[in-house]
Amino acid sequence: MLFLMAAGLTLIFGVMGLINLAHGSFYMIGGFAAATVANATGSFILALLASIVAAAAVGALVEWIVIRRLYKRDHLDQVLATFALILIFSEGTRWLFGSFPLYLDVPKMLSGPITLPGGIEYPVYRLAIIVAGFTVAIGLFYMISRTRIGVRIRAGENDREIIAALGVDISKLYTLVFALGAALAGVAGALVGAIQSVQVGMGEPVLILAFVVIVIGGIGSIKGAFIGAILVGMTDTLGRFLLPEFFSAFMDQSTATTIGSSLASMSIYILMAAVLLIKPTGLFGDTSAT
Amino acid sequence: MQREKVINALITLLLVVMPLWAWWADEPFILTLLTKVAIFALAGVGLNIALGLGGLVSFGHAVFFGVGGYAMGILASHAQSYSPIMEIPFLIEGTKSMPVIWLVAIISSALAALLVGALSLRTSGVYFIMITLAFGQMFFYFTISWPAYGGEDGLLIYTRNHFPGMNTLDPIQFLIICYAILGVVLYFSARLAKSAFGLALNGARQNTERVLTVGIDTFRLRLVAFIISGAITGLAGALFADLNRFVSPSMFTWQTSGEIMVFIILGGVARLYGPVAGAALFVFLEYVLGDLSDYWHIYLGLLLLLVVLFARGGLIGLLAGREVAHD
Amino acid sequence: MTEPVLEVKKLCKSFGALVANKDVSFDLREGEIHALIGPNGAGKSTLIKQIAGGMTPDSGQVFFLGQDVTNVRTAQRARMGLARTFQVSALAMEYTVLQNVVLGALGARGDVFRFLKPALKDKELLGIAYEALERVGLEDSAAKITAEISHGQRRELEVAVALTLRPKAFLMDEPMAGLGTSSSKGLTRFLDNLRAQAPILLVEHDMDAVFSLADRISVLVYGELIITGTADEIRADREVRHAYLGEEEET
Repeated sequence: MLFLMAAGLTLIFGVMGLINLAHGSFYMIGGFAAATVANATGSFILALLASIVAAAAVGALVEWIVIRRLYKRDHLDQVLATFALILIFSEGTRWLFGSFPLYLDVPKMLSGPITLPGGIEYPVYRLAIIVAGFTVAIGLFYMISRTRIGVRIRAGENDREIIAALGVDISKLYTLVFALGAALAGVAGALVGAIQSVQVGMGEPVLILAFVVIVIGGIGSIKGAFIGAILVGMTDTLGRFLLPEFFSAFMDQSTATTIGSSLASMSIYILMAAVLLIKPTGLFGDTSAT
Repeated sequence: MQREKVINALITLLLVVMPLWAWWADEPFILTLLTKVAIFALAGVGLNIALGLGGLVSFGHAVFFGVGGYAMGILASHAQSYSPIMEIPFLIEGTKSMPVIWLVAIISSALAALLVGALSLRTSGVYFIMITLAFGQMFFYFTISWPAYGGEDGLLIYTRNHFPGMNTLDPIQFLIICYAILGVVLYFSARLAKSAFGLALNGARQNTERVLTVGIDTFRLRLVAFIISGAITGLAGALFADLNRFVSPSMFTWQTSGEIMVFIILGGVARLYGPVAGAALFVFLEYVLGDLSDYWHIYLGLLLLLVVLFARGGLIGLLAGREVAHD
Repeated sequence: MTEPVLEVKKLCKSFGALVANKDVSFDLREGEIHALIGPNGAGKSTLIKQIAGGMTPDSGQVFFLGQDVTNVRTAQRARMGLARTFQVSALAMEYTVLQNVVLGALGARGDVFRFLKPALKDKELLGIAYEALERVGLEDSAAKITAEISHGQRRELEVAVALTLRPKAFLMDEPMAGLGTSSSKGLTRFLDNLRAQAPILLVEHDMDAVFSLADRISVLVYGELIITGTADEIRADREVRHAYLGEEEET
């Protein structure tokens, strides 16, 4: 899941050299679009489609109005402008939908647990999300390494002028990539919305997690985003489970739980710090380009 | 350059006249707003040393704001419950004395800045932004999950802390304290910008390679700048906590980091009075627009977007022209 | 013979499959201008970076003033007296000309961590700065913003900043790049006198300048140093003409 976010971000960043804080807003928009459509029609598939369309449309619009003025600016401007977008989107959504969380139901077909080989019970829906994550991963790999658009995207990563000279309409390409990134975030928002709830401000914590993933994996690397996401997910889960256990070995139970859970909430950041110490550009980062 | 000085003088004048008027008209609420301006400006001045002078786009200054706030909260909460903070290896008691709290706030936020800076300054550019943001989040989650000091609920301090010879509960007296600190820090930051350190730091922002090849270690340079910057923001955090008599994890959120940055941008990056003008504008907008609509952040967002896209240099830049002082 | 000021021993550097430098060895002696020439992509920039400290070699060593500085950081090497100028001007563009040289003087003096005393009122720093500006003839432009002076003046400023370091050796990466004929002649005369102060390792494409200035010339082709010799020896060498000078004639 986190991978979907990180992949979208890293795609935008890698190709366009843009840092986009408003990515969390697309996640939120996806969630809200899905919840609205699901409540109106009852169809989860339609809801997912709606999240893609809504996020991609808003993404394209934002790129067209604001973002394209920022490519040549420094990172500070990009951060600020996209921060401004977060304010606008968050408050706008609050204004339209109110502050109360919306709920999105897990489709019947996918609800209930499944027994995995080995006898572990696991909710079908979460499994479906994992499958979706993998599918997107494979799809992205394929798109970037095999198709024409992928070739152009990679060319754009290396040199804007060259592909402009090749007659590719660079501004259309960028709008497309930006919308694609937004769509990925939107789907992620819709999928997660069914597990948790859809509310204003749901995007930013995920955004920051996605940053951690990118920092660990290395900027602009889809592979890095994938592996970073897995690492972060595992560290978080294991940390929450193991650290309290670990401390209870030599402390009384309540202190152990306290310290353990406090540390667990920090574990992924500690992981990030460790990666930074060893390799400041991330695991799959390009060492020469800092 | 001359115009910027005139504008700075005007801002100073305004900041002096406003409280006098409010005091005379007996408007304690205005005084509180102005105190808030001074404190936000202080936080902004802190960040401006890293951001404006050093070019370090830190999206994690909420960490230092929060650490400063919690330094106050922890010391004062122990003082009000008469329980020592620790007894082993030596006794540390809580305190309600402002100067002591400030000192602790400065030292602890400087230490936090040392830690965050030492790690994140190994990188630059976008990485730096993301990492400072992530560290901010780390501190946020930590305070939420650490129940000893209120966890998610934060800490309530019943009375304002003391300053020798002053009644800090009187709005105008607390305002004077905050103004005095802001004044001292502004003077310090003006001197800093012209000092050898400032020259090298600003040079490193423009061209790292240049500064390295004249034999200056840019990593240490930036780390020291980051620590000074964090310490000042931490002091602002302690004052902010005292203003509200309340600290909570929300001081650590990324929104706080963003807002501190907004002060600078609205006012003007790397301008001495930028954070002051920006903080004043921010508080003014919050008050006026917040009255008009619950969703005033939309307008703030739009304004910020306009400033970033079309008015680099912020308010002061708009009034004084693009030129930056070079004397 | 006295010990060389700068010595490079068997330096190797590669990026993946691409070999940028292979077993490069040469030295720079007191009082000389040693030119490093070679076609584009021969690995000159990589070599300069490793000597200056921005890049660590895969193997081999760099000695400066008799010390092994292979793992010494850029800033430290600069403080030891290794002054570098860049192919593309590396200056603080928003600063005045004077601020740039004061920055150099400050680095040389080594006390950056002074927080209150205004650097531009420091008599000692100003003295060094103006002296350097006068030597390159920029004293009248001291108050101008660096971004607004001409390209040629920026090249001179770059040299002036290097001078403030009171260097033991200069590392100059294409100082003539982008200069007109008259300014490059002026700079040539200037460098000619400069060698008395400290030896210069000169990377340059302007062959007139190289052949009139250099005491010794080394030729780098495909990452390897194929010959080191006097200007006449280089002119006479067939391999060089084939690999390098010949190419020039063709293009």
